[in-house]
Amino acid sequence: MNKWDDLYLEVILDHNKNPRNNHKLEKHTHHADGHNPLCGDRVSINILMDGETVKEVSFTGSGCAISTASASILTETIKNKNRTEIKNLFNDFHNLVTSENEVEKKLGKLAIFEGVKKYPARVKCATLSWHALMAALEGEKEITTE
Amino acid sequence: MLFENIKDDFPILEQEINGKKLVYLDSAATTQKPTEVINSLNNYYTNNNSNIHRGVHTLSQRATKDYEQSRKIITKFIGAASSKEIVFVRGATEAINLIANSYVKPLLNKNDEIIISQMEHHANIVPWQMICEEKKAKLRIIPIDNNGELILEELNNLVNAKTKFISVNHVSNSLGTINPIDTIIKVAHQNNIRIMIDGAQAVQHLEIDMKKMDADFYCFSGHKIYAPTGIGVLYGKKELLEKMQPYQGGGDMIKSVTFEKTIYNDIPNRFEAGTPNISGAIALGEAIEYITQIGIHNITKYENDLLNYATSKLKKINEIKIIGEAKEKAGVISFVIDGIHPHDIGTILDSHGIAIRAGHHCTQPVMDFYNIPATARASFAIYNDKNDIDKLIEAIRKCIEVFS
Repeated sequence: MNKWDDLYLEVILDHNKNPRNNHKLEKHTHHADGHNPLCGDRVSINILMDGETVKEVSFTGSGCAISTASASILTETIKNKNRTEIKNLFNDFHNLVTSENEVEKKLGKLAIFEGVKKYPARVKCATLSWHALMAALEGEKEITTE
Repeated sequence: MLFENIKDDFPILEQEINGKKLVYLDSAATTQKPTEVINSLNNYYTNNNSNIHRGVHTLSQRATKDYEQSRKIITKFIGAASSKEIVFVRGATEAINLIANSYVKPLLNKNDEIIISQMEHHANIVPWQMICEEKKAKLRIIPIDNNGELILEELNNLVNAKTKFISVNHVSNSLGTINPIDTIIKVAHQNNIRIMIDGAQAVQHLEIDMKKMDADFYCFSGHKIYAPTGIGVLYGKKELLEKMQPYQGGGDMIKSVTFEKTIYNDIPNRFEAGTPNISGAIALGEAIEYITQIGIHNITKYENDLLNYATSKLKKINEIKIIGEAKEKAGVISFVIDGIHPHDIGTILDSHGIAIRAGHHCTQPVMDFYNIPATARASFAIYNDKNDIDKLIEAIRKCIEVFS
């Protein structure tokens, strides 16, 4: 087994190669751009909200496999979820990739990013789209991580 | 063979990373240090630590002697006319900021122009932008072509009566291009413009002779030439340094201080306010003696062979595109792989114990020019060999396999 086998899992490689919801969303209510100046990764998140619930979500941008797969899986995960649920997911996801402690596995597909924890330099790749998502929901237009 | 057992001189290279013998190919970011340099730091703090230029006691005299001896070694190494032309700084970045603020800014008026190139490190962009903004002056850019070479004809179009200064790098840190600085210096001087050369990626690979080169200012960082971080060199022509205002005020840069008037010290001490990085300066002297023993000509040739070997091997991989194919290159190969982000390449190579750099290398305008977010960069030093490159190629092939 190679060391990176816990990072570049099949699912991540698949989402990197065939990202889901990877297009612009003409009709959207919320939008934010995320940028990691350290590595040049960029992601734009578009959301169509129906009241408090995400009806449609898409992303565009360019980045590494981790950031692309993370954005792709994010769009699959948050559809039909409300703000509170998303906020909780964000916190859980953030803990998953940063916390030293074992995180309770209630994250479903997102749990595959746990391997990122061992690569401190790559945590920002996994969280960029999530930060952009939260910014979009809070009405900010742009976030930068470094 | 001169280079055969050279890895033994660098204790850090003995270790394994992720179960594989470390292959360090990130020397353009910083070089590893030979035992002589590490011992020099140890010796300084074990036996000679004290402050320089101000103590009558034995330790201070030893420290002062070694610090000034290092200045002499550097003077000889770069062919400066006098050790008064060698100013110790933190690194190339500080040297450029020093010249921008103490030499160029006082000359600069509204609408004046400073010329740099499109392939500069951010350290040779931002200091000029800062003074241009303050003085309402303009930054003009010598463009590059697809090979990563400067379009020199454009320099003649850019130079005009408003041009107050030119600053370009000797060797590009992201493309590896060796720039035709002799020509650029000639053009500058024909137009009575002073010029600075950023040699951060040059002195460790190429012979430098200030008398022949005739640059007005030149700089480099110690840590890229086998010395510690936090020490570097600014070379300036004596007559220019003598006219310059100090950069920072403090101890050691003065002759006398009263509340009414301060008389500044002579060069180079005028530009070395405060207690400097004494151990670093001494260790830089050691590093230069170390490579001088090997011979800079031998190093140029050896590293050039490595570069050519790596280039031809990389070119055999269809998915790879080399960024920067100048005719004259030193020390650096930047590349991208179809469908694989440089950060993913970097992580996978690290799992094979291979350290490369992935990112924009502090040269965002170069990335913009090639319309890429980042590159993977392998860079070479005297302790690399063809075996390192073979391992790099093998790991790249595995990386392509994973992402196919």
